Amino acid sequence: MSESDIETRVRKIVVEHLGVEEEKVTENASFIDDLGADSLDTVELVMAFEEEFGIEIPDDAAETIQTFGDAVKFIKDAV
Amino acid sequence: MFDLTGKSALVTGASGGIGGEIARTLYGAGANVGLSGTREAPLQELADELGERAHVLPCDLGDAEALAALPKRATEAMGGLDILVNNAGITRDTLMLRMSDADWDAVLDVNLTAAMKLSRAALRGMMKSRWGRIVNISSIVGATGNPGQANYAAAKAGLVGFSKSLAAEVASRGITVNCVAPGFIATAMTQKLDAGQSEALLAAIPAGRMGEADEIAAGVLYLASREAAYVTGSTLHINGGMAMI
Repeated sequence: MSESDIETRVRKIVVEHLGVEEEKVTENASFIDDLGADSLDTVELVMAFEEEFGIEIPDDAAETIQTFGDAVKFIKDAV
Repeated sequence: MFDLTGKSALVTGASGGIGGEIARTLYGAGANVGLSGTREAPLQELADELGERAHVLPCDLGDAEALAALPKRATEAMGGLDILVNNAGITRDTLMLRMSDADWDAVLDVNLTAAMKLSRAALRGMMKSRWGRIVNISSIVGATGNPGQANYAAAKAGLVGFSKSLAAEVASRGITVNCVAPGFIATAMTQKLDAGQSEALLAAIPAGRMGEADEIAAGVLYLASREAAYVTGSTLHINGGMAMI
């Protein structure tokens, strides 16, 4: 799976779940500070990533996923 | 007044007196109902009585594998899972000094842990649809205590703390989590009491009688309804005034 493929799929999940515009989902965009997520949203996002990519994201790793870029990097290393 | 048309409700312990009546009441309000319980015959009988929106889902909540599979089976059978009523309960009454670890574990597993596991599984769909109702059947003894029921009372009080915490977590998603705490209700479980116990019990109930299962079911229906959207983390005591809390 290419990085841009991962990016596209992650962005789609974020856009759908948080109801934000695609342009706002940039590499350094923080889910909570920039995209309006609350703590429950971040848990739901992590669960959605797990489902989409068939991976498991442990709690301590999930805590480090703060931005769109963090998510893409974690998933790239995990798949 | 309360219309649950299009909603799907899973009721555990539906082969028992209170659970069966809860299922009947939710069905009557238009919901699809999943009837879960350990004994298949009474579940089937109830499903036959109700009609095509009722689905029989036998499950022993003490069996970890069967428990894990139940939410998916329920969702598939009903096409969704919007309302979860954790009603299943068992007793292993004995005084503390005589209570074995097995007596404790069995009651906590079925009455508290199973409710947590079913709630956790049901939450995903509820979060997605931004609507859900979880109603946990607690008990008056969870609030007052009762000699011989340390395990049962701990589990029932546990449900209250569990419900409040979960209610706070998911309130922003249109999901409510509440408890109904029955007092003494005329069912097979309370028929085990002897005449002396029954008499003493009635003297302690201001209403002067035991409650009926449909009086509990009415409370559950309310908490499951759209109208109760603003009620969460609360415990509805239905006990004839036996404990005014």
